Amino acid sequence: MTDLLLSQVKLSGESQFGTDEYVVNMGPQHPATHGVLRLIVKLDGETVKETIPVLGYLHRSIEKISENRTYPQCITYTDRVDYVSAMSVNLAFALATERLMGIEAPARAQWLRMVFVELQRLASHLLWMGAFAGDIGALTPFLYGLRERERILDLFEMTCGQRLTYNYIRIGGVMIDVLPEFVPKCRAFLDYFEPKIAEYEGLLTYNPIFLERTKGVGVISPEVGINAGICGPSLRGSGVSCDVRKQQPYLFYDQVKFNECLETAGDCWSRYKVRMNEMRESISIIRQSLDRLEPGPIEAKMPPVLKAPTNSEIYSRIESSRGEMGVYLVGDGTAKPWKVKYRCASFSNLYLLDELTRGWKVADIMAVLGSLDMIVPEVDR
Amino acid sequence: MKVVERTGAQGAEKFYLIAVVQGLFLTLGHVIKNLFNPKRMSVVFYPEQKKALPPATRGRHRLMKREDGTPRCTACMLCATACPAECIHIKAEESPDPNIEKRPEKFDIDMLRCVFCGFCVEACPLDAIRMDIPDVTIADYTRESLVYSKEFLMNHDNKDVVTGYNPPRPVQLTHGPHARP
Ligand code: SF4
Ligand code: SF4
Repeated sequence: MTDLLLSQVKLSGESQFGTDEYVVNMGPQHPATHGVLRLIVKLDGETVKETIPVLGYLHRSIEKISENRTYPQCITYTDRVDYVSAMSVNLAFALATERLMGIEAPARAQWLRMVFVELQRLASHLLWMGAFAGDIGALTPFLYGLRERERILDLFEMTCGQRLTYNYIRIGGVMIDVLPEFVPKCRAFLDYFEPKIAEYEGLLTYNPIFLERTKGVGVISPEVGINAGICGPSLRGSGVSCDVRKQQPYLFYDQVKFNECLETAGDCWSRYKVRMNEMRESISIIRQSLDRLEPGPIEAKMPPVLKAPTNSEIYSRIESSRGEMGVYLVGDGTAKPWKVKYRCASFSNLYLLDELTRGWKVADIMAVLGSLDMIVPEVDR
Repeated sequence: MKVVERTGAQGAEKFYLIAVVQGLFLTLGHVIKNLFNPKRMSVVFYPEQKKALPPATRGRHRLMKREDGTPRCTACMLCATACPAECIHIKAEESPDPNIEKRPEKFDIDMLRCVFCGFCVEACPLDAIRMDIPDVTIADYTRESLVYSKEFLMNHDNKDVVTGYNPPRPVQLTHGPHARP
């Protein structure tokens, strides 16, 4: 035994110990991977030589199952594509189906959808902020973030009865109208929440420890980002304008005033800052949408069985909390889609992980992975 | 092999003491506020304390009954057709009541598959199935006990538990004692 151990110690010039490549499995059950993602990390000492993500631990075959479900039933499956931001995926599928079948949702439904999708963006960014800060060693923002997220989930629960998988945004409208007390409660929440962002930023943004862990780490240059198909806040951190809400407005995003948040450095800190600023913009969008909310129907007139035209196809995209969420649908004249494909931001953002972590230390994998805001169910689907 | 050099804090900043103290002040503020006003804390001591669920909650299913205790359900299979998880299993039989055509002999909901989407409630034209029992901790030791039978689903006193998950439905029923208000 001793012989075996000694034989592995290579004698070299300066050091008694040679440096061998060392392979470590991070995950599938690792707290920093936010789900079941396995990373095979090849190390030299503590320096990362290569990171290989292994996918598929959370594969539920949602796209294939959807081919055997009617269009309205598919909405329940979209809830599970990205459970931290279920409203966005609901909306992505509902919009794609509406465009495929030529259905137009009434104005009140559209405004309600905007309120809920932006509230969901707040909830998702809050959870992300907490998890990201937790990954790199600051636990307090996680508690603060969840405290506020809880109140958003209360608003959702009050309206549609669920806290995580809502099934709220339906084809042709929304499931149910909001209660009369929803609007004042939502406004009260926004007034309560707005100063809280400054509090989080006080804990994190210019904290030297946080700066050292994130500034200059995992830099995505605009060219590399575009070539790799990075999208959403992760690409906006590199200064590339890519907000679908601005470029191809859906719902009534062309009627509200909001800024696209951009940072230029492209490192983890910029991606963090983009998301924090996005929360402020979301608040402003929700306020404007609540102002424009007028009584009216919440569901379009539709046939009882929704059928897509024969040989019809559509690719429709929205800006979900994580970036561009695309839905590709092929209809064959029946009540069930012939093909469903989700284009998920987490999957494309994960693509650069290897390149971004090479040469950094093991602990920086967490910072980079966290800053890409990746959600495993969306990667695997 | 690529190794990246860090260019971070230098000198005195490296001790991070100021940063730590700054952060502590912020959190300490919250601790003091909460100490003097424990009601303000956003903590629920589950399971001793439970949050009241709002009326809209989609909770556990139940089958509504007529006055005589028979199920309202006429085994029309609309809920089983609407269910995306394919977890409602109904077997129909002829009803002894000449005014009612069918009734369920077997009505099982497989809670292990149910995704709590609420489509069954929306589909039912008779308001025979509701999801308004405010029970969100559905758990058990065996799989068999989580397939709820007709008897289990009808084991309630037919009162409105909460206002109920009651979305607008396309069909309004107007006849009989089980008409919707
Ligand atoms: S709630 Fe949904 S999944 Fe559950 S039984 Fe009803 S239709 Fe099926
Ligand atoms: S839809 Fe209603 S009446 Fe029809 S089988 Fe289901 S519970 Fe019974």
